[in-house]
Amino acid sequence: MSETINLTLKIWRQKGPDDRGGFETHKARDISTDMSFLEMLDVVNEQLTLEGKEPIAFDHDCREGICGMCGLVVNGHAHGPERETTLCQLHMRHFKDGNTLVIEPWRARPFKTIKDLVVDRSAFDEIIQAGGYISVSTGGAPEANTMPVPLEDAELAMDAAACIGCGACVAACPNASAMLFVGAKISHLTLLPQGKPEAAKRALSMLKKMDDLGFGNCGNETECEAVCPKNISITNIARFNREFLKASFFSPEK
Amino acid sequence: MPLNSGVPGGSLETKWDRHRFELKLVNPANKRKFEIIVVGTGLAGASASATLAELGYNVKTFCIQDSPRRAHSIAAQGGINAAKNYPGDGDSIWRLFYDTIKGGDFRSREANVYRLAQISDHIIDQCVAQGVPFAREYGGLLANRSFGGAQVSRTFYARGQTGQQLLLGAYSALMRQIAVGQVRMFPRREMLDLVMVEGNARGIVVRNLITGELESHAAHAVILATGGYGNAYFLSTNGMSSNVSAIWRAYKKGALFAHPSFVQIHPTCIPVHGTYQSKLTLMSESLRNDGRVWIPKSAGDQRLPDQIPESDRDYYLERIYPSFGNLVPRDVASRKAKELCDQGMGVGPTGYAVYLDFRDAIERDGEQVIRQKYGNLFQMYERIMAQNPYETPMMIYPAVHYVMGGLWVDYNLMSTIPGLFVLGEANFSDHGSNRLGASALMQGLADGYFIIPYTLGGYFAGTSLPDVSEGHPAFRESVKQVNETLKKMLAIDGKRTVDDFHKELGTLLWEHCGMARNDADMLKALKRIPELREEFWENVTVPGTPDQFNQSIERAVRVADFLEFSELLVEDALTREESCGCHFNVDYQTEDQEAQRDDESCCYVAAWAFDGEGKKPIRHEEPLVFENVELTERSYK
Repeated sequence: MSETINLTLKIWRQKGPDDRGGFETHKARDISTDMSFLEMLDVVNEQLTLEGKEPIAFDHDCREGICGMCGLVVNGHAHGPERETTLCQLHMRHFKDGNTLVIEPWRARPFKTIKDLVVDRSAFDEIIQAGGYISVSTGGAPEANTMPVPLEDAELAMDAAACIGCGACVAACPNASAMLFVGAKISHLTLLPQGKPEAAKRALSMLKKMDDLGFGNCGNETECEAVCPKNISITNIARFNREFLKASFFSPEK
Repeated sequence: MPLNSGVPGGSLETKWDRHRFELKLVNPANKRKFEIIVVGTGLAGASASATLAELGYNVKTFCIQDSPRRAHSIAAQGGINAAKNYPGDGDSIWRLFYDTIKGGDFRSREANVYRLAQISDHIIDQCVAQGVPFAREYGGLLANRSFGGAQVSRTFYARGQTGQQLLLGAYSALMRQIAVGQVRMFPRREMLDLVMVEGNARGIVVRNLITGELESHAAHAVILATGGYGNAYFLSTNGMSSNVSAIWRAYKKGALFAHPSFVQIHPTCIPVHGTYQSKLTLMSESLRNDGRVWIPKSAGDQRLPDQIPESDRDYYLERIYPSFGNLVPRDVASRKAKELCDQGMGVGPTGYAVYLDFRDAIERDGEQVIRQKYGNLFQMYERIMAQNPYETPMMIYPAVHYVMGGLWVDYNLMSTIPGLFVLGEANFSDHGSNRLGASALMQGLADGYFIIPYTLGGYFAGTSLPDVSEGHPAFRESVKQVNETLKKMLAIDGKRTVDDFHKELGTLLWEHCGMARNDADMLKALKRIPELREEFWENVTVPGTPDQFNQSIERAVRVADFLEFSELLVEDALTREESCGCHFNVDYQTEDQEAQRDDESCCYVAAWAFDGEGKKPIRHEEPLVFENVELTERSYK
């Protein structure tokens, strides 16, 4: 049943990319436990607005866990304490009356802070531009059922393709590595017959782009998998490594 | 104004082929001389951007979110229709066409809908080639499931994340074109004006949401793929940033707005449970394949659902509509739920919910099968409601989901402004007064991948366009006006927040122009909306400054437009003197409480023209001519 709780929030405020930023304390009062985490922030922001103060900037859009736009670190956990959950799907019933919550943006060198809790994740788009696609122009695609795909491969591809690009994996990684994000895309496309022709080139160029953008390498901490709201497995990183090694040794693309 | 739909002659089956042949072509060398603006990166915008760039045009693409991958198409769950007839259960292009026309309650153009059905098969081919991981059978071929309003299984799906996978397919095609420099991407931009030169659409003014700067962008044509305006109702299944602003501002520049009152209220959403709620969450219609909708037979039955025996349950959709059962179209299912809850028959703490029960399906197929089909949806439900739907039935209630209305477009998807094209949910075509499930994804991708690449070329080849750059006075004038409005808004410094106004507007629309409408309520709304708008401009408070990242300004701009647009929505509903599809006016109903169309006098598209601030909009009619299907009462019994 629904009840209300009171919380203390220590929230990161930062005017812009060049501002040093710091924590600000706010009270969140009479928060219904049926609210989502973002709805709780809405309540705080309405209050700030009425007090003539600037509300806290945070990214969000679909609020049903699929767009990947929201994401904050709550008490040290990317997307908060619940497993397989985006922040918009985290409900306040998982917190207790009187709790103090420390709320921070994703922190990683390739994700520059724009304001408060909002960061720039365009580096992810750049990685996809480096080869996260199958080069097929519109028109002239073969009839869809001409190429059967084993059910198991299709399911594994779908598991990897479920990535929402939120960036929690990078935020949770001590090296700010994007290996889970890249591994998921590589796996999705490599598991399908359509993605095979470009597999070597894709693995080489996406990895290079990831390095160039300042993401670190994987240190097998597996923090990424633990925070991933879509439960993307680190076996995708292994598959990526395999594809990369194969390409490095045998591909003329290297 | 005579509205010329430009539907080509000839038999229905040959119209599109013939039209494609008759459209003039732009030769490859000349394509690179054209600049095209695309606003929005959902299925329609991303697919159009990618395809036009592949053809050699220079494309500038804009989106509100931080990445084009986040457009709200991503949230579509259930699937996408195509007339492949893989299951061999009697499907065909003609049947998909007929189901869609009938599902829309005969308020859409035959030629457009037929073309959509024709293209549907190519969409699946294209998406599979891109690597969209559709569900498959053990043999490796594609799987299908059934959806509302159809008696065949023609829906392709990727678990409960079909929209996500299709969008990521289109997004990857877009990324590929960005990598080769054929598309320039402008994320975190919101369109605030359409710029016209000599009567043609030649550019846009956008606000850079990071710096607050107003930017001008010129082009030879502008494509709006900016989605729907369901957020006028405040609570909807739309993303938080979905809005009417881009198409509303185009309307104020002369584009006609068709069927603004055609708002789809989706039957299976998680019910409203508090005033703090910011949005409603959809539970895919695909759940109605296996879930059975019911309420207790006696009002106020306080027993837990699993203690209510079969004899005390009313599976009302199966009872009233035996041939379609739980798979009746959305408008029908929604209206029945509302009627019964209004009569006090509803369940849950508010009485505004009905059960969607999987008990029988789990008994029949086993929990594992149900988990495979709907696992992520069940999980989402459990997160929000803290109840396990494998053990206890879901509670659902209708919510605003999609809009069939939008800017009027001709057969080429061009609005009444030359050079302004409108795709996807932002236009009005194809779905009439009710969209069938799994048809929005089909339309968005048909428009973007397979229609606009031809029709835009035809426009360029047949039009001589002078050179226009961002230095043109029309851009300066537009920036000045947008700037003044923003300043005015920030200077008000009143006592009510933007959300407070938005919530009041939303409640007003939901109660006075929602699932069941009547003249008296709509007149009340028409009186209240201008008052609310006036109060907004006197008493809203928008903190911060315009020259920075400021989410309060973003919301204020959108709500200001909703406050203007809502009046048109209600006006349109009031002046359509019949019931059809989603538009149910209680004064026009059959003996069985179904929508009573008036084909004699209402078989038209209502398209509204802006006639100046403070003046009543002017209504135009495009007659709908049916040469291939017979107008019948839409029966699902």
